[in-house]
Amino acid sequence: MAVGVQRRAKRAGMMMAGLVLLAGLTGALAGGPGAARAQELTGTLQKIKETGTIVMGFRETSVPFSYLDDQQRPVGYAIDICGKIIEAVRAELKMPGLKVETMGVTSSNRIPLMANGTIDLECASTTNNADRQKQIAFTNTHFLTASKFLSKKASGIADIDGLRGRTVVSVAGTSNIVQLNQFNAARKLGITVLAAKDIVEAFLMVETDRAAAFVMDDVILSALIAGAKEPAAYAISDDPFSKPEPYGIMLRRNDPQFKALADRATAALYASPEIAAIYAKWFQSPVPPKGLNYNVPIAPALKYEFAHPTDSPNPDDYKS
Amino acid sequence: MNYNWNWGIFWEASPEGAGSYLDMLLQGLATTLAVAALAWVLAFTCGSAVGIMRTMPGRVAPLLASCWIELFRNVPLLVQLFLWYFVLPELLPAAAGTWLKQLPNASFATAVVGIGLYMSARMAVQLSAGIGALPAGQRAAGTALGLTPVQTYRYVLLPVAYRIILPPMTSDMLATLKNTSVALTIGLAELTARARSMQEFSFQVFEAYAAATLAYGAISLVVTLAARLLERRLRIPGFGTA
Amino acid sequence: MSAFDFDVIGRSLSYVLLTGLRFTLLLTLLSAAGGLLLGTLLALLRLSGNPVLGWLAAAYVNLVRSLPLVLVIFWFFFLVPYLAQWLTGARRPVQVGAFASALITFIVFEAAYFSEIIRAGIGSIARGQSLAGLAIGLRPWQVTRYVVLPQVFRIMAPVMLTQTIILFQDTSLVYVLGLVDLLGAASQVAQRDGRLVEMYLFVAVVYFVISFTASRGVARLQTAVAVPR
Repeated sequence: MAVGVQRRAKRAGMMMAGLVLLAGLTGALAGGPGAARAQELTGTLQKIKETGTIVMGFRETSVPFSYLDDQQRPVGYAIDICGKIIEAVRAELKMPGLKVETMGVTSSNRIPLMANGTIDLECASTTNNADRQKQIAFTNTHFLTASKFLSKKASGIADIDGLRGRTVVSVAGTSNIVQLNQFNAARKLGITVLAAKDIVEAFLMVETDRAAAFVMDDVILSALIAGAKEPAAYAISDDPFSKPEPYGIMLRRNDPQFKALADRATAALYASPEIAAIYAKWFQSPVPPKGLNYNVPIAPALKYEFAHPTDSPNPDDYKS
Repeated sequence: MNYNWNWGIFWEASPEGAGSYLDMLLQGLATTLAVAALAWVLAFTCGSAVGIMRTMPGRVAPLLASCWIELFRNVPLLVQLFLWYFVLPELLPAAAGTWLKQLPNASFATAVVGIGLYMSARMAVQLSAGIGALPAGQRAAGTALGLTPVQTYRYVLLPVAYRIILPPMTSDMLATLKNTSVALTIGLAELTARARSMQEFSFQVFEAYAAATLAYGAISLVVTLAARLLERRLRIPGFGTA
Repeated sequence: MSAFDFDVIGRSLSYVLLTGLRFTLLLTLLSAAGGLLLGTLLALLRLSGNPVLGWLAAAYVNLVRSLPLVLVIFWFFFLVPYLAQWLTGARRPVQVGAFASALITFIVFEAAYFSEIIRAGIGSIARGQSLAGLAIGLRPWQVTRYVVLPQVFRIMAPVMLTQTIILFQDTSLVYVLGLVDLLGAASQVAQRDGRLVEMYLFVAVVYFVISFTASRGVARLQTAVAVPR
């Protein structure tokens, strides 16, 4: 009898040990790439876990990166990329029921709203530069573009020096308006700088002859002209205000866990053929709301960036 | 708190290349004061005229005055500024409209006119209330002495009416000052707009808005004290008012 | 620009009115209610005789009344999450939407103005009223609650309603936050379709009709509820 009990006990003990070993192995495997799971969650990931929601900031008129379609839903190239990051968060935190909230932001308030916790990531056409990295962080670059200006062909402004003494508009809170001011001061052009609330208002000012030119990233300018009432009336300057600068998806600063996750997700996306499909969907096919095709082939510098993803703010780090 | 305090930001150079952030704010302050002063002058003159019209005998003048007052009182200031800035140039003939749009001080002029006329309605109501608060005998006495209506207003009614309404007029002056901030929506680079620009360039939200708050508080205090001084100097001994 | 196209008003009417106007009215009513409550509290604090609370209430009212509403809107837009964090002891700034921040702003702002109106109202009630209340054995708070305040609200109703009409117009300033109120909705349509003239004129007319009708109503109310004194 006692022997039987001992044997059962031994078997139970071995089963227990086996279970513990199995649990340990499973735990280690599940922990896997996100060793963070074994440690405590911090920052944005902790907040997402606790509140069950992730808040994505989007722009309302930044075509085709992040804008509202006819049903007032945020769509765009950057939105799709953010979608991949959110999927990675879902998988990482094992939260299939993760709620995604969206919030419209403007170039004026996106950084303070990131800092005060209102949004967790901003998916649009935000330029990644060293100044901003003092307040916020960026993940791997998703586009490269230079700052140029748009004007009516009738006004006959050929290059930046042709803006001397004119009224020029840009959007408040953008790197473009900073560059415009810098050029204005450095070359003593005497430009009257107007700050519009958003891209659409700024373009309207050129349309109604309130401003002679609109300074903005050239890809956005092309999209604006394509969607305008009289596309043939406008021209984009060849004269750039800067070298092609990187766009990044904005994240909170001092939040290494979330940034590592975002970096991993974007790097994985850029390494896969999906990114080419996403790019083609927004830049080489008809897009809502008007079904225009902007026909912007992938620049060699961008192809290189997809092959070697980086979040560097320095334009010189991006070669073709 | 995830916030980066930096009170030294005021002495750093602003990216506009025209000095430090403090200079930027001071320029904004100067613009605010200039617009407020000019708008108040416009409000005072138009408002007085309309207020007097409202108390004149007859039917036409008071009716016109009431129309003016209701028109400028029932539409928000922001909407009125938009109408002056965006709609007026489109309604004028093309050449005049374009000239208006290309004016280098378009938003300054628009702000002065828009705010001035908006406040003129308030001023008109104050003045007509002030004249109405005078005993009816005053006007009758003026006529009995052989004064023309113009002389009655000039020598009998208005001097006392203005003294009566000096306290509410002070609050109207302060309201004009505060209303200049609404003009930031049409591109006027006044104090609140400059504080917002400072916030956008430097990301120091609290420092920027604290400076603006301090400035507005200080100006309000100065205006209130000055008005109180004026009240004391203009008081008519023996004439009991509020 | 090309000739005016007033049809755009008809096409966008439902959006502008149902989304925009509804937002404006909602914000107005909630802010008025909240502002009235807070304003009454402030007025009572100031008249309570307690030096510290009275001074705090007075400082608050004077500060808020000396600031432009636009500046207060910006303050609260960026400040509320940090305030909420501090108040609730949370670990990070609390997420607050733009509507909530605008609502808090307007309640805080209007409370200062309402408190002055109520203070003036309380001052206009004859002292005999409160003395009589005390004489018949009511506690001071009961005198306030059952004798003074009902009379104050009745006398000051026209002034308070006028202040609400002013608040209704002031809500247009949420434009600076990009919120979609009446003006915001009209602006969106105006910019998208390039029809600034038509839409802004339309908004002006809507505001005029509502404010004018409301102030006529208040004038009629004034004669109807006047307390025989």
